[in-house]
Amino acid sequence: MGSRLARVALTGVTALTMAVPAGCGGGSSNEAGSGAGGSSSGVTGSVTVFAAASLTESFTTIGRDFEAANPGAKVTFNFAGSSALANQINQGAPADVFASAAPKNMQSVTDAGNADGTPATFARNQLVIAVAKGNPKGVKALTDLTRPGLKVALCAEQVPCGAAATKALTTAKVKLTPVTLEQDVKGALSKLKLGEVDAALVYRTDARAAAADVEAVEFPESAGAINDYPIVVLKNAPNRTAARAFVAYVRSDQGTSVLTTAGFQAP
Amino acid sequence: MTSTGAHDTAARPEPGRPPRRRRAQRVPAALLAPALLGLLFLVLPLAGLVVRAPWTSLPQRLTEPGALTALRLSLQTATAATVVCLLLGVPLAWLLARARFPGRRLVRALVTVPLVLPPVVGGVALLLVFGRRGLLGEWLDATFGFSLPFTTTGVVVAEAFVAMPFLVIAVEGALRGADARYEEAAATLGAGRWTTFTHVTLPLVAPGVAAGAVLCWARALGEFGATITFAGNYPGVTQTMPLAVYQTIEGGDLDGAVVLSLVLLTVSVAILAGLRDKWITSA
Repeated sequence: MGSRLARVALTGVTALTMAVPAGCGGGSSNEAGSGAGGSSSGVTGSVTVFAAASLTESFTTIGRDFEAANPGAKVTFNFAGSSALANQINQGAPADVFASAAPKNMQSVTDAGNADGTPATFARNQLVIAVAKGNPKGVKALTDLTRPGLKVALCAEQVPCGAAATKALTTAKVKLTPVTLEQDVKGALSKLKLGEVDAALVYRTDARAAAADVEAVEFPESAGAINDYPIVVLKNAPNRTAARAFVAYVRSDQGTSVLTTAGFQAP
Repeated sequence: MTSTGAHDTAARPEPGRPPRRRRAQRVPAALLAPALLGLLFLVLPLAGLVVRAPWTSLPQRLTEPGALTALRLSLQTATAATVVCLLLGVPLAWLLARARFPGRRLVRALVTVPLVLPPVVGGVALLLVFGRRGLLGEWLDATFGFSLPFTTTGVVVAEAFVAMPFLVIAVEGALRGADARYEEAAATLGAGRWTTFTHVTLPLVAPGVAAGAVLCWARALGEFGATITFAGNYPGVTQTMPLAVYQTIEGGDLDGAVVLSLVLLTVSVAILAGLRDKWITSA
């Protein structure tokens, strides 16, 4: 009898297993990032930032700069798909700041009354076709992705990169059957890096961050599916002062410059 | 019958006489309290699912084509994975239990590795071997133009990888517990090794094989990490129930996820309970 219960529990637990991404702490850097911008004295303690997976590289840099400008502060990141993050926040995860890759996921947080103030758009991002280095399959346009035998990874429609992909494909009237729907943009990219797919629709920033392994093919239809990235301080932020300082820093000239270097467009 | 020569028969249990049954004891409180707490710990989350379920919209949600497709795929792949595990796992268990060879301990440890390996890591490992650029996968792709990731077969492979140790452990245990003298008797009566295996050994450990298969099937049914990593996620091809549950939660539809989980839970409990009454308790 006991073993039956154990088995049932095993099945149930496994079914519900969710990959909760580990937070990624930024090390402190002694680079002089001080000067004008969002740096304000008196910002101390730890700030927990829930940020879209596509912000991984740029926010890690911004976090380091922010810590350098505010020696008493420590920024901890949780990077994942925006919808997963919105869910975690609405289920009571103790976060200070939420940076989403799309207004839709931000809205589920504001609708639930979990935002402090109105979200501000701090960056915009555009899709590209990521292909293996050297573009061995000669992909030049969105229509090339429908070629038989060409394997394509998309993001699931629930996450912003998937929603943008659907929008771009619909605009271009391209009917595409992907082999997989990944849960965030990094998942689609790693399937490409592993060589399991020939192309993936990802953000320009992700392709740029993975420039060692992948090449980006720009396509005109992506202009119709540009994603706005909103950021907000959360209502239950354990460290509201530092959270506000971090958001200000992201939107400052220094923050914007890190983001544009990564391939984002300024809002 | 017992005089098979060099073997020492004294240490063996006598066949046909079951071990003496222990008399029912009073359970000490020191055991009862944690036992009940443990039971509660396992059952409460399930109760949570039931309580949280959106019962009013349940019928409509259940008949959504997406849910049924995922359920069918789950049942098919878990069953196929169990068949694969039986075909490969029973001989492997026999090898571990009966054959003497150097490094047997190491082999046994290796067999159980998927039990402790995070399934996602298992999925990556499978990609590195069977993926399009993998050790074997590259050859498969070049020779047959076939690659496992993103196929239903890929799901079966991922599930079999994770579930097989459950079967091997159960069958090996059964083989060790079985009385080897029946096999020896069959051998002295002229049966070949294969005939002995199929006509004596297998029937002897059938309950153990059945228990292992059920456990293996249940584990395959719930498989998530290796599947999504190795086989990807596409409705109707690789999106099994656990993946559908995950994607539904990701989409912010908690009610939908609860419904899907309940379906999976109900089906597995029903099947496990049914099989158990039929096979396992008859042991």
